[in-house]
Amino acid sequence: MTTGQAIATKDLTLSYGDTIIINELNLEIPKGEITVFIGGNGCGKSTLLRSIARLLKPKSGAVLLEGEAIARLSTKDVARKMAILPQSPSAPEGLTVLQLVKQGRYPYQTWLKQWSTEDELKVKSALRATGMEELKDRTVDSLSGGQRQRAWIAMTLAQDTDTILLDEPTTYLDMTHQIEILDLLFELNEKEQRTIVMVLHDLNLACRYAHNIVAIMDQRVFAQGKPEHVINCGLVKNVFGMECEVTIDPLFGTPLCIPYGKGRCILKGEGILG
Amino acid sequence: MKKYDNLRLLGGKVSFLIDRRALAIFLLLTAAAAGVFVISTGTGDMKISPLKVVQVFFGGGSDMERLIIQSFRLPRIIIALLVGISLAVAGGILQGMIRNPLASPDIIGITGGASVAVVGFLAFFSDENNALTVSINWMPLAAFGGAAIVAFLVYFLAYKNGVSPIRLVLIGIGIASLMKALTTLMMVFGPIYQASQANIWITGTVYGSNWGNVAILVPWTLILLILAFVLARNVNVQELGDDVATGVGSTVQKHRFLLLMVSTGLIGGAVAFAGGIGFVGLMAPHMARRLVGSAFGALLPASALIGGILVMAADLIGRTLFSPLEIPAGVFTASIGAPYFIYLLFKTRNS
Repeated sequence: MTTGQAIATKDLTLSYGDTIIINELNLEIPKGEITVFIGGNGCGKSTLLRSIARLLKPKSGAVLLEGEAIARLSTKDVARKMAILPQSPSAPEGLTVLQLVKQGRYPYQTWLKQWSTEDELKVKSALRATGMEELKDRTVDSLSGGQRQRAWIAMTLAQDTDTILLDEPTTYLDMTHQIEILDLLFELNEKEQRTIVMVLHDLNLACRYAHNIVAIMDQRVFAQGKPEHVINCGLVKNVFGMECEVTIDPLFGTPLCIPYGKGRCILKGEGILG
Repeated sequence: MKKYDNLRLLGGKVSFLIDRRALAIFLLLTAAAAGVFVISTGTGDMKISPLKVVQVFFGGGSDMERLIIQSFRLPRIIIALLVGISLAVAGGILQGMIRNPLASPDIIGITGGASVAVVGFLAFFSDENNALTVSINWMPLAAFGGAAIVAFLVYFLAYKNGVSPIRLVLIGIGIASLMKALTTLMMVFGPIYQASQANIWITGTVYGSNWGNVAILVPWTLILLILAFVLARNVNVQELGDDVATGVGSTVQKHRFLLLMVSTGLIGGAVAFAGGIGFVGLMAPHMARRLVGSAFGALLPASALIGGILVMAADLIGRTLFSPLEIPAGVFTASIGAPYFIYLLFKTRNS
C-alpha cells in the first residue's frame, strides 16, 4: 500500500458521450487531509469526484484507492473504504434519521445480519458526531436544510470509511449552516484523520478549510497545493475568468478573494472606481 | 418509551433491529386480515357464524357447512388474499424502486400486457359459435405470459447503460397506453360476447376460483414473497437514489433487475387468477407507509396484509351487496382506489 496518498488517478479520461470532460488526468490526493476541488461551473470538478466514487465509468484510465484500481475491487469493498455523499440527495417520505443513518451500514450487512453490535455502535457514534442524537426519530423530510445535511453526513460516517467524498455539501444552506457543516467535517479530519475530498463553490471557505486545493480547468488540473501557495489573482483569473484581489483573511490568515465588479462603492475617493 | 428492540441470535450471526410500533401494527393487521377472512367465509347465501367457520377450519361443523366453506368459499377467499398480497408487495417494490409513490403495476403496463394476452386468447381460440377451442384453464398462463413479456419489453426499451427509474416509468406508461389501445381494438373487432367476458376479466374478479388455482398460487406467491423479503434491504438503499445506493456498495442494476422480476412474478400470478384488479398495488403500500414508515423490512409485510384485506373485503362486498348479482371485486377496489389516487395527486401537487 502506498502511504501518503489515499486516492490517485492514472491517465483518467472522463466523458459524457463524445465530449471530453477530463483528459488523461494524473492526480494524487493526500491521505488524512482535506482536499477541495474548485473551478468554474461545468469545469468537471463534480464529474471528477463522481468518477473517483465509481458513480461514473471512466472512458479510459483508472482510479486507484489506496493503490488498488477501483474497478477491480468489489463495490462493497470500496464502500468499506470510501463513502460518497452526492449533491442534494433526497430521502423517501417518512424515513426517520435513524433509518437513514442505518443505511450507511449496508456494506457490512447481510440479509441475516442487519443490526450487529458493531452496526449499533457505529450508527450511535455517527449520530453523536453530527449532533443528531436528539433528532434520530424525526423524519428526514421534517428537518431543516442544515439538519438534513447533517443526517446525510451521519449516514456516510456510519459507513466507517477512511475516505469521505462530498459533492457540494453546503449547497442551498445559509451561511450559518455552511460553517456548521464545514466545521463538522474539519473536526472529523482533525480528530479521526479521515481523508475528506469535496467540491465547494465558495473559494474563500475552500481556502479556510482545505489543506490541499485542486483547481480544475480545461479538462485538467490547473494547479494543486496549499491554498496559501496556489491561490492568487492569476489563478482566479484563469480558472474562474474573474478579476479580483487576493488578500489575507483577517481571522484565519488564509487567502481571501475579493472580486471586482459593479456594485455600490461607498469608499470616499479611494474605491475601485476612484 | 423505547422504540426499538435489538434482536441478536446465534452469537450475532443473525441480527435485526425491530421497530416496536411496526411490530405492533403488523400484529394488529394480521388479526384484522384473519377477521376479514373468517367473516368473509361465513357470509353469503347461507350465513355461518364466525365461531362455526373456525370450527370447520379445524374439521368440525355439519356436512353442509363443510361443503359450502371448503368447496365454494375458501378457494375464492384464499385467492383473494393471495392476489391482494401479491399486488400490494409488487406495488411497494415498484414504488420504492421508481422512488415515486404513484408507481403501481397498472401504471407501468404489466397488468395491461396481461389484459392484451387474455383478450387475444379469447379472440384467437374461439370458433364461430364463440365456444373456446382450448380449455379455459390456459387463460391464466396467457395472462402471466402477457405480463412477463411486457415487463421484459419495458425493461429492454428502458435500458441505456443500466435502467434509470425515470426511463422505466416513462416507457412503462407508454407501453401501458399501447396495451390499452390493443385491448380496446381487439374487443371492438371481436364478438360482443367475448368483449363482455374480457371486460369482466379486465375489471378483475376472483369468481370461480378453485383449489387447483390455490395449489398453484400458494407456492408461487410464497417463494416470491420470501425473495421480496430477502431483497427488501436493497429497496431501502435504492430509495435513496442510485448514487447513494452505489456509494454504500449496492449493485444497483443487478438488484433492480431482480426486484423487477420478483414484482413481475407477483403481478403475473395475481392477474392470471384474478384479472386486472386495479389500485391495490397503489393504495396498499401507501396506506402501509402511513402506518409503519418507509423502512422496507416493515413496509413490505404491512402492505401485504393491507392488500390482502382490501381484496378480500372488495370480493366480500361484490358478492353480497347486490346478491344474487355478482359484482367483480375490481369494481370496488377501483371505486376506493380512484378517489384515493386523486387524493394522492392532490397531496403531492406541491412537492
